[in-house]
Amino acid sequence: MAAEIKAPALRPLPLAPPLLPGAMAGSRPYVASDKMQQALGFPGELAPDWQPKALAKMGELLGRYRSLRVFLDACVHCGACADKCHYFLGTQDPLNMPVARQDLMRSVYRRHFTLPGKLFPRLVGARELTREVLDQWYTYYNQCSECRRCSVFCPYGIDTAEVTMAAKEIMDSVGLGQKYSNEIIAKVHRIGNNLGLPGPALADTLQGLEEDVKEETGADVRFPLDEAGAEVLLVTPSADFFAEPHVDSLIGYAKVFHAAGIRWTLSSKASEAGNFGLFIGNYEQLRAIALRVREAALELGVKRIVVGECGHAWRVAYSFWNTLVGIGGGGRDPFARQLQQQLDPRYRQPMHICELTWDLIQRGALTLDKDANDHRIVTYHDSCNVARASRMGDLPGGQFTLPRAIIGAVVNRYVEMAPGTTHEQTYCCGGGGGLLTDELLELRVKGALPRMEALRQVADQHGVNFMATICAICKAQFSKVLPYYGFKMGMVGGVHQLVSTAIRLHAQP
Amino acid sequence: MPAIEVNGKSYETDEEGYLVNLAEWNEDVANYIAQVENVAMSSNHWEVVNFLRKYYDEYQIAPAVRVLTKAIGKTLGPEKGSSQYLYELFPYGPAKQACKIAGLPKPTGCV
Repeated sequence: MAAEIKAPALRPLPLAPPLLPGAMAGSRPYVASDKMQQALGFPGELAPDWQPKALAKMGELLGRYRSLRVFLDACVHCGACADKCHYFLGTQDPLNMPVARQDLMRSVYRRHFTLPGKLFPRLVGARELTREVLDQWYTYYNQCSECRRCSVFCPYGIDTAEVTMAAKEIMDSVGLGQKYSNEIIAKVHRIGNNLGLPGPALADTLQGLEEDVKEETGADVRFPLDEAGAEVLLVTPSADFFAEPHVDSLIGYAKVFHAAGIRWTLSSKASEAGNFGLFIGNYEQLRAIALRVREAALELGVKRIVVGECGHAWRVAYSFWNTLVGIGGGGRDPFARQLQQQLDPRYRQPMHICELTWDLIQRGALTLDKDANDHRIVTYHDSCNVARASRMGDLPGGQFTLPRAIIGAVVNRYVEMAPGTTHEQTYCCGGGGGLLTDELLELRVKGALPRMEALRQVADQHGVNFMATICAICKAQFSKVLPYYGFKMGMVGGVHQLVSTAIRLHAQP
Repeated sequence: MPAIEVNGKSYETDEEGYLVNLAEWNEDVANYIAQVENVAMSSNHWEVVNFLRKYYDEYQIAPAVRVLTKAIGKTLGPEKGSSQYLYELFPYGPAKQACKIAGLPKPTGCV
């Protein structure tokens, strides 16, 4: 007789978590002050007639963006998106299901912009835009990082981020802005970058980096600022100048330019790649922020524009810079045409730093010592805006393969995280879309849950001790939340941080 | 606007407790904010705070983390010139927590 057959223990399925209604009803970012609002041309605060104004703005957006109307009309509440949002998975608040978040606006849309909603509001779930509803918008549209993971699973392709952006735009237009994003946008215009780092401080910081790299490598690696006639203008997040681990990638870019003999420069005017105009859904700000890059490129006479490790900046650069300001074909105004003539057509414009580095690696132009990274077992976190809103290189999926190819050229030990958590299905870090602010820390910690689970698995099974990424927000967010999950803060870093470790420079004679 | 009261005098702060008027800062205010933040100020904490204020006077911005670690390494010894040590002094992060105690505005952006 055969031995007794024993069924293995059942494993827990990855079920949607139980609901906790209202769990995050108290999570709201600080409201922008009247001064911050007015600096961007928005009303300082809610006026008594905010409601008709908000509805008028909504009507304007519905006319301007046909996509928004389609997204509000098309949803059949199938639920495919419901358990795809990291904030829902981490907080269990049902209003963080993408469908429920969109319905906060859809219900108002029905009431005021559809016939059934005007005639029989209660039959079709239509609601007035009351103060209570507006507050709910402020609470829950500020719990969406506009990462668009839910959109990947939507059978109709509804882009939830666009609904969130429209909500933020409507709220700004009636004086209910979010402090973190709007304060930063004003700083970009006033000083040149999100940090508020003035030119002299930037120059001092870069000089310090030249000294550091000289000490470390013996090579005279330069960090040029405002050098007219350089071939490449590098536009990178200002966090790269200021914070850790960001600065290690900046050092990596500089070493790559040095090793390849490319003359490059940073700009004090365009000392920021990030464009928070995207986060608040405001086209005028999106364009005004992008225009700084064009002005700097024209002034400096550069032939190429390269973007550093910044997720949403690459989305804006790759997808919008062409028609916004003429970096790439499309812009039609005289300055856009002038810039298109100035830029070298033999190169992709704009170009991601990963494209530049990978081209050099393929041509054998860099000397790389993989063993220098042997203290690291590396995994790669796809950043949402790079993964789902852009591309790199010549082939579909280049935004996934190029960063991994670079890592493959500079480290020996690499492990992928679980399928379904990477590539186009990557989870947001939990801090994107203008939510990387301290008062939202609970949301950020909880929203990081799915990524932390995937990281825990490869850390436990394969000893992964370094998660590389190419986004300043991801780096800052993970540095903050990793310790909450028992990981070391220094476990996150940039792809060019790995390049920086591996690259061998020849000291100048 | 919220405010804190130190030695009978009121100081305006933002929602997060950062001083609004830099010029009003003094050591008592710094000690008060440090207490709220659960940071016990030692001479090494003061070294950092004083450097931050000096740098801000010159550049109107807090120093980058590398600039700060290098400066602290020079005054307190190379083993203390690391962000790890700065996190020991200011657990919420040297950029934000030390700036708050030094009366500087909060660094914004992707940091």
